[in-house]
Amino acid sequence: MTASAHAAHLAQLNVATLLHPFDDPRMAPFVEMLDPVNAAADGAPGFVWRLVEEGAADATGLRPAGEDVVVNLSVWQTQEALWDFSYRSGHLEVMRRRREWFERHVQAHLVLWWVPAGHRPTVAEALERLTDLRAHGPSPRAFTFASAYTAAEAAQHLQAGPPAQPEEAARSAGPVPTVPAGETR
Amino acid sequence: MKDIDAIAMLQDPVRRRLYEYVAAQGREVGRNEAAEAAGVARTLAAHHLDRLTEAGLLESGSRRLTGRSGPGAGRPAKVYTRARTERSVSLPARDYLTAAELLAEAAEEAGLDAVLRAAAGRRGEALRGSAAPCGGLEEAMEMLADRGYEPYLEGGEGGEDAGGAEGDQGVDGAGAVTGAAARVVRMRNCPFHAVAEHFPPLVCGMNLALLEGLFGVDGSVRARMDARPGECCVVIETSKNNER
Repeated sequence: MTASAHAAHLAQLNVATLLHPFDDPRMAPFVEMLDPVNAAADGAPGFVWRLVEEGAADATGLRPAGEDVVVNLSVWQTQEALWDFSYRSGHLEVMRRRREWFERHVQAHLVLWWVPAGHRPTVAEALERLTDLRAHGPSPRAFTFASAYTAAEAAQHLQAGPPAQPEEAARSAGPVPTVPAGETR
Repeated sequence: MKDIDAIAMLQDPVRRRLYEYVAAQGREVGRNEAAEAAGVARTLAAHHLDRLTEAGLLESGSRRLTGRSGPGAGRPAKVYTRARTERSVSLPARDYLTAAELLAEAAEEAGLDAVLRAAAGRRGEALRGSAAPCGGLEEAMEMLADRGYEPYLEGGEGGEDAGGAEGDQGVDGAGAVTGAAARVVRMRNCPFHAVAEHFPPLVCGMNLALLEGLFGVDGSVRARMDARPGECCVVIETSKNNER
């Protein structure tokens, strides 16, 4: 392990709104893929941590963002590691079929941000980042695959402090990253 | 170097053979091996390999080809791999990539995955035309090679992970395939790479549908998604390996 080589790790949150309740037969193919895909994540190069509900194998039972919204929160050593797992592993098959199981999100539903190595982001922290992304568009605090920032850029930015809060930004920001890469839309 | 100049480098037949050989291996290739494959002297191969590297078509590094390290392991040798940079030339200048990205972005925003997959499936069928369903993996490889997928056979022994192509013997087009049943055709190249990187689920789904159309669903081979880093997302396998 080269833990010292990675002072910062990449956290990711994505939210997905279920089209049907979890026990609906139409969700069965998705539910069947959960365990193998999660196991693949745990064994993937660069995987650090993922949120799991206490006493469960995954976080699908936690619904911090709404009754029918499942959240997926994890930490990776690098952006490349996360990308390769998301789109170059068995996980891609889940993504390919996402519209069978999840609603299309108009707003961003995947957010990436850098955390100090060893830090385990909380759900609240993660949802905050998503809100930030939706309100202000991609920034070193909260970004997407298509508009990514490096850990160094994020560190530099942190010293500069957070920006003011433009209330209407969410609406006026226009191309809030509808950017597709990495989304479960 | 401009794309057109880099591509013009391949006009030289020896250089072209060397480039194609290195590209087809999908791993680092030493000078001796490349020279032998191209049927030229080592010094000539070295010269051309370095020219190709200067042009940005290959990348070079140095490795101890003995696989050993430390003192006594021998001097590192120069090795070559294909550069990942994409080169293309259109005369007159056209920009299909931007068009593809805009269309993909619109399809993504509108959630048109199913429509795109249906269109891709029809296109695959049309490409197959009236030809009989693909007869086997060998034939599938030819069809894939024609479409730029750079197929290679990954061999058997139930290997979850063959650990890289390193030890695998190459497959000669003519050579009959023998050995274990669990052979699959993998593809080193994604013809839709640039768009697939930006819109993976959408474009990879399209690619799978295209190949499903190309090979049909009732033939002796079938396409299945099995993505791994650095390659096309699909594998082709004989249908008997699975139910159906």
